[in-house]
Amino acid sequence: MAGDILIRFEGIAKAFGRQKVLDDMTLDVHRGETLAVIGRSGCGKSVMLKCLLGLIRPDAGRILVDGRDVVALPEEEMVKVRARFGMVFQGAALFDSLTVEENVGFALRRLGRPEADIARIVEERLRQVGLPGSGPKKPSELSGGMKKRVGLARALAMSPEVVLYDEPTTGLDPIMSDAINDLIIATRDSLGVTSIVVTHDMVSAYKVGHRVAMLHEGRVRAYGTPAEIQASPDEAVQQFIHGRATGPINIGVEAVR
Amino acid sequence: MADVVTRGAETAVRGARAIFFNGLEETGRFFIMLQSILHWTSVTLRNWGDWFLCVILRRPRPRVFEARESLESMSSAGVNSIMVALVTAMFTGMVLALQTGITLDRKMAGVSSYLGGMVAVSMVRELGPVLTALIVTGRVGSAFAAEIGTMRVTEQIDALETLATNPVRYLVVPRVVACVSMLPLLTLFSDIIGVFGGFLVALTRFGQSASLYADNALSMVELSDLFSGLTKSLFFGFIIATVSCYKGFTTAGGAEGVGRATTSAVVVSSMGILIADYFLTAAMSVF
Repeated sequence: MAGDILIRFEGIAKAFGRQKVLDDMTLDVHRGETLAVIGRSGCGKSVMLKCLLGLIRPDAGRILVDGRDVVALPEEEMVKVRARFGMVFQGAALFDSLTVEENVGFALRRLGRPEADIARIVEERLRQVGLPGSGPKKPSELSGGMKKRVGLARALAMSPEVVLYDEPTTGLDPIMSDAINDLIIATRDSLGVTSIVVTHDMVSAYKVGHRVAMLHEGRVRAYGTPAEIQASPDEAVQQFIHGRATGPINIGVEAVR
Repeated sequence: MADVVTRGAETAVRGARAIFFNGLEETGRFFIMLQSILHWTSVTLRNWGDWFLCVILRRPRPRVFEARESLESMSSAGVNSIMVALVTAMFTGMVLALQTGITLDRKMAGVSSYLGGMVAVSMVRELGPVLTALIVTGRVGSAFAAEIGTMRVTEQIDALETLATNPVRYLVVPRVVACVSMLPLLTLFSDIIGVFGGFLVALTRFGQSASLYADNALSMVELSDLFSGLTKSLFFGFIIATVSCYKGFTTAGGAEGVGRATTSAVVVSSMGILIADYFLTAAMSVF
């Protein structure tokens, strides 16, 4: 499974004001694998994805995509790099003034593809995410799970090499979460994409991830297969994956005993 | 005691410095965004120009960008503002005639034959452009900031960037185009209705003849008055769109942040309009 390294984060640091979110974070993503990035809310998981897409500029470090540093690329170059990625946002981030069809076909239309191609691709992607024929609907008519599916269809419309998921199961019921996990796996298998799944849902991380990386205090605290993570001797890792309020990770509130 | 005073003074200095540097930083960010807005507006206008030229020359037409979005913005910012703008202008013209008429009658009996001219000049040069701009700020600027601010906090602006779309080009350019083109038009309507409002009051309250009011209005207003008013509204439209979109773009902090951005868009645009009004008037009085 382990292909060559497609994406390498090298010493990435990012602070917002005085708060250091990422601090010398280094992490590799191999071609074709699914990497689950776990960690507490606000530990910089989403920031990491946004740095990769050039939406946030890191204070220090390099991000190599196919060996080429993409930090501080000029805008036109960054557009080309971004075209290789599809991002599924936490709240789906669908354009609410547009229909589902217009959302999924958005990038294709912007790039001037012929309408016939757009219609075909949009319908195919909607079928892949299990929502055939819902093109004319408005996002406001969809449930949370359906919005995430449309968000995935939109991310896949441009046939990206890498799909980034920002908390794909957050806010969904366990059954819908599992359906989304299946969809992430099916997407990987049918399109052969590399995936980074940012999550704090351990069930999801074990199920979709070939490898799991745990971010803590701005850097990678643990890295390995789901089995290796589960067997980790690190107390902080054990505390996180078993969801305990007490342990080496200080949650900033006094535990109630 | 002296220690407390020193510490108090230090805190005050630090606070003042923070306010000053935050203001400086904010201004800098606004100008960076302004540069991007001007760049993408010129790109878009060139694209439309090419399209138009190709239509005339019957050549194959290039793809047009942001045409649908601009028309939608024009309709929501311009067409839908007509009613509020006209009602405002009507009553402004009426109260202007009333106040001016009362004053003229009391202080200089009989001079109220100048009523038409005074209402028309005030309306066309000053009140038409400024009041229309302020009304549009409240109606349209707040909507721009709220729409774009909501898109920011729900990550829709990030999503645009990942979908091969520059958000300034897609979201801001149509709104700038709409405001800059629609505000002068609204102002022209306001001018006309305002003078008409004054006319109604002159007739009913001061018993003037229609021809006296109209002749006086037309003889006192020059074409340059009209142009100076409409030129000002062009700048006001630009201020409303850029400030409100900037405030929307820099929104942070959820629903509360959207509320703050909206309020601040209206306050800053309104102040900008009134400040710019003075300097534009002063600049144009030189010519």
